[in-house]
Amino acid sequence: MDIDPDFDIELKLLLEGIYLKYQHDFRHYAVASLRRRVRLAMDRFGCATVSQLQDKVLRDPALCSQMLRFLTVQVSEMFRDPGYFRAVREHVVPALQTYPSFKVWIAGCSTGEEVWSMAILLEEEGVLDRSVIYATDINPDALKTAEAGVYPVERLAQFSASYQAAGGKGSLSDYYTAAYGSAMFQQRLKRKVVFADHSLATDSVFSETHFISCRNVLIYFNLALQNRAVGLFKDSLVRRGFLGLGTKESLRLTDYARDFREAVPHERIYQRE
Amino acid sequence: MANTTSSIDAVVIGASAGGVEALLHVLGALPADFQAAVLVVMHLAPDRPSIMPRLLAQRCAMSVKEADDKEEIRAGTVYLAVPDYHLLVEPEKRLALSRDEPVHYSRPSIDVLFESAAYAYCSRLLAIVLTGASNDGADGLRAVRAAGGAAWVQDPSEATVDIMPAAALAQAGADRVLTLSEIAAGLAAIATQQER
Repeated sequence: MDIDPDFDIELKLLLEGIYLKYQHDFRHYAVASLRRRVRLAMDRFGCATVSQLQDKVLRDPALCSQMLRFLTVQVSEMFRDPGYFRAVREHVVPALQTYPSFKVWIAGCSTGEEVWSMAILLEEEGVLDRSVIYATDINPDALKTAEAGVYPVERLAQFSASYQAAGGKGSLSDYYTAAYGSAMFQQRLKRKVVFADHSLATDSVFSETHFISCRNVLIYFNLALQNRAVGLFKDSLVRRGFLGLGTKESLRLTDYARDFREAVPHERIYQRE
Repeated sequence: MANTTSSIDAVVIGASAGGVEALLHVLGALPADFQAAVLVVMHLAPDRPSIMPRLLAQRCAMSVKEADDKEEIRAGTVYLAVPDYHLLVEPEKRLALSRDEPVHYSRPSIDVLFESAAYAYCSRLLAIVLTGASNDGADGLRAVRAAGGAAWVQDPSEATVDIMPAAALAQAGADRVLTLSEIAAGLAAIATQQER
């Protein structure tokens, strides 16, 4: 691994180009991890320099949509960090139950594992039919996977263990059918889910919400973009609405730390003041 | 030698098997007012909280904490990578966490920390590879040296497990090959030199 002093210059030009041509805005992503992902894209598309990659991407829209897979991190699991989902069950759902209807926003839902987890949780708590769940991401391909609700069957053992640890009331296999190496989740679970293309970097608030879950998304943003995203969350949430972040994310360094109180501190669940 | 050790803003350290004792030995020797930041990747089980912060805090004069995302990096503090996240340095000298794929089966990965630190600190960086049964750290050490930083490697004949320091030496080379006691003394000397 050698250090190319001009890499960051070329990276900035690539991101500016992608923004101008395709309106996907990665210009305020954290740079250090982006470097590695762009290098993977260079390997994949046979480019020796970032500038060669830029040349290809600007001339080939199909390549740009493939690039999204490299520029974003798409590792997700169902009921990942079971303690978080247990806390949602115990602390967030009782508050949601006080509303005749409520809206949940899963921001940066990637391939949908958390969306299906949340739908199952709300179904088990008897409140799914009172909800609308907005599942948003910038990557149309990831959204298609999310909407399909089909995952490789070999991932299901891990998902099931996490479901149990998260306080699941039955067996995860109650919710899917396995065939030909795939597990397909019951399509009735998504009856209240709206899948939509939305960017925390460029789009604005689209609805009032009562609970926003945005996990392991903010870590890929620099502080300026974190502030933009959390500003959207604050504007979207009703008073006393909840915001759930990833285990290692916090509002401490953002401009909005004072607008939220820590509802379940060790699970990073905040409540709008 | 790539640079003198009197002009270091950050020390990055990678350790794996046998690393707890090695880190206690090295970090325990540093004074509270150490004039550089120390960033540590220690390979750990991904699925449970680490006892390292508490253990090191008890035995170190420097302040020790787990790394927070986008936190400003300060001299005199030891930042520990958290289990199941890569630890990186942003160009403006802030920490960043990521859930990108493991590297050499490891998350956190030493290579990922070293390479990002090399970009951020260039020649004002010292990287140290300690004991371990992995190839992680070798690529990162090469990046550090390519950017003009200094590289120290624990003497493989002294290391609890020699695979990682031997791989680093074979692939990247080093400015110095040292025992743990020499590494501890060398770091303590940086503190003194930088005060002058």
